[in-house]
Amino acid sequence: MISLKPETIEKIDKLVPRYPTVRSAALPLCHLVQEDLGYLSCESIEWIAERLELQPINIQELVTFYPMLRTEPTGEYHVRVCRTLPCALAGAYQTCRSFEKEFDCKVGHTSKDGLVTLGFVECHADCGKGPVVMVGEDEYTDIDPKKAAEMAAKMKSGELSNGL
Amino acid sequence: MSHQETRLIFKHIDEEGYTNDIDCYVKNGGYDQLKKAVTMKPEDICAEVLTSGVRGRGGAGFPAGMKWKFLDRKSGKPIYLICNADESEPGTFKDRQIIHQDPHQLIEGMMCTAFAIQAKLAFIYIRGEFFEGYKILESAIEEARKKNFLGDNILGSGYSCDIIVHRGAGAYICGEETGLIESLEGFRANPRIKPPYFPAALGAYQCPTIVNNVETLCDVKHIIEMGGEGFAKIGTPGNTGTRIWCVSGHVQKPGYYEFACADITLGQLINDICGGLKPGRKLKAVIPGGSSSKILRADERFTGKLKDGTEYDWGIEDIPMDFDSLMAVGSMSGSGGVIVMDDTTDMVEALANINYFYAHESCGQCTPCREGVPWMRKVTQRMLDGEAREEDADLLKSIADQIAGRTICAFGEAASWPVQSFIAKFKDEFVEKAQEQAARRKEGKETAETTTLI
Repeated sequence: MISLKPETIEKIDKLVPRYPTVRSAALPLCHLVQEDLGYLSCESIEWIAERLELQPINIQELVTFYPMLRTEPTGEYHVRVCRTLPCALAGAYQTCRSFEKEFDCKVGHTSKDGLVTLGFVECHADCGKGPVVMVGEDEYTDIDPKKAAEMAAKMKSGELSNGL
Repeated sequence: MSHQETRLIFKHIDEEGYTNDIDCYVKNGGYDQLKKAVTMKPEDICAEVLTSGVRGRGGAGFPAGMKWKFLDRKSGKPIYLICNADESEPGTFKDRQIIHQDPHQLIEGMMCTAFAIQAKLAFIYIRGEFFEGYKILESAIEEARKKNFLGDNILGSGYSCDIIVHRGAGAYICGEETGLIESLEGFRANPRIKPPYFPAALGAYQCPTIVNNVETLCDVKHIIEMGGEGFAKIGTPGNTGTRIWCVSGHVQKPGYYEFACADITLGQLINDICGGLKPGRKLKAVIPGGSSSKILRADERFTGKLKDGTEYDWGIEDIPMDFDSLMAVGSMSGSGGVIVMDDTTDMVEALANINYFYAHESCGQCTPCREGVPWMRKVTQRMLDGEAREEDADLLKSIADQIAGRTICAFGEAASWPVQSFIAKFKDEFVEKAQEQAARRKEGKETAETTTLI
């Protein structure tokens, strides 16, 4: 049994009846549960399915389709570097390599100490200010390798918000 | 040709002291057009939008008024309006500014549209990564509801409509309107086949639905303000209104710039508005309308006849920035994302980067796309891993040619056009890559080189 915060339950109860069909609330519920618990476990998936009178596979197929939904917790900091062409032209791969070096963690993985999950993402629609980096829900722009190293230091010291 | 921006949609973007709350918006004349709209006949608004000639700003450039005309009003089913705020075409970052800085303009445009098409309910499908934008829209909608600009009996007109903000979750294909609808309904965003699933007839919940881009919906507000004919005076016939050009890549001043259609050439945009390239660099190529539009080579000559019969003979810098001119030179204005590349750019790497994107984003529904796009990605990656073959260019083209036109949605083309155009225009670089590696191999050297774009 999963345990959601009362405010999450309240949001869910408000949201579901607004849609013309119950199933439309599936993706929003995935977001709400993931935001509350950090990721979508099998239990969470089953809970969402039951709440919407669907089968677990109906939720599972969303979780495996939409890149933002995850089935594992992230590190304390979830760092996402945009690697799409405009950001790449601005040096996003070098930015990412700087993070990899600072955290001793390969892109696509979580550092051994659990501090950071480093990932590539596709275009975040702020291409005029690349490279774009997200930390949690916070956006940072124009992040060159040097700024990435500074950000990494602030994550290690806990000075930087995890953006959640 | 003037170099002055025509700021219609972006009038208040980055304006000092302008805030995104409703008081500031109303103080600047906000919601006056909605007040006017609800006193008009819905069909008259539709007629004005048709007269305005406004074309969809999301990519395809289809006339919005025509799209609305296709609405199946006889079925008796409820009509839905969806704002496509899934902005995710690489190189495009205009909707973000509207949502963040002027959300009420979008809401007003949406409510005018909803009234015009008599929608029962409206949605904003916003990409999941716009965390802040989502919160801004939610609070803006609450503000608008309190002032009765949406909700029940809007401004005493007897018309009611609400807006639900629905968040995506990182899938590019949700920008395709039928994929978006599938996603909204709680499914994987696998696009639907047209016919029969034209949203105007069989859209969300199998009901008639209009899906319009953020910028297009904002245009509706301005069409009501200046009338369809007034709006059509901006730009040129067939290319009316303004376009927001989002410039990224190798320019000194990347950013967003709003101009009347055809008011500026690609050269003026790059050199005068964006401050040109970095010192000592030369222009190599431009992708003019988001990453799926076909690439233009800097030293090409474009000749032919426009739709109206005028002959043209342009260099890349002479191309007027509008729908039809960019189409005439074999590309498209798409979503307005102009990606500029200078002579330091390795075209194999650039294509490998684009292929990575489309391979990641294919929804997996149609075999040619699901299998072919990752195959193209593998080929370009192998080329950069030091195993390039001289025949790779032809192989890539052959795969792309077998995807385009053989899929349910336009993603097949979106993923193939970059490959086809890169090979058509820069084949020499793909062949050279293989020849250089062969030469290094002969000398017993490492064939792969450090890459910067992948």
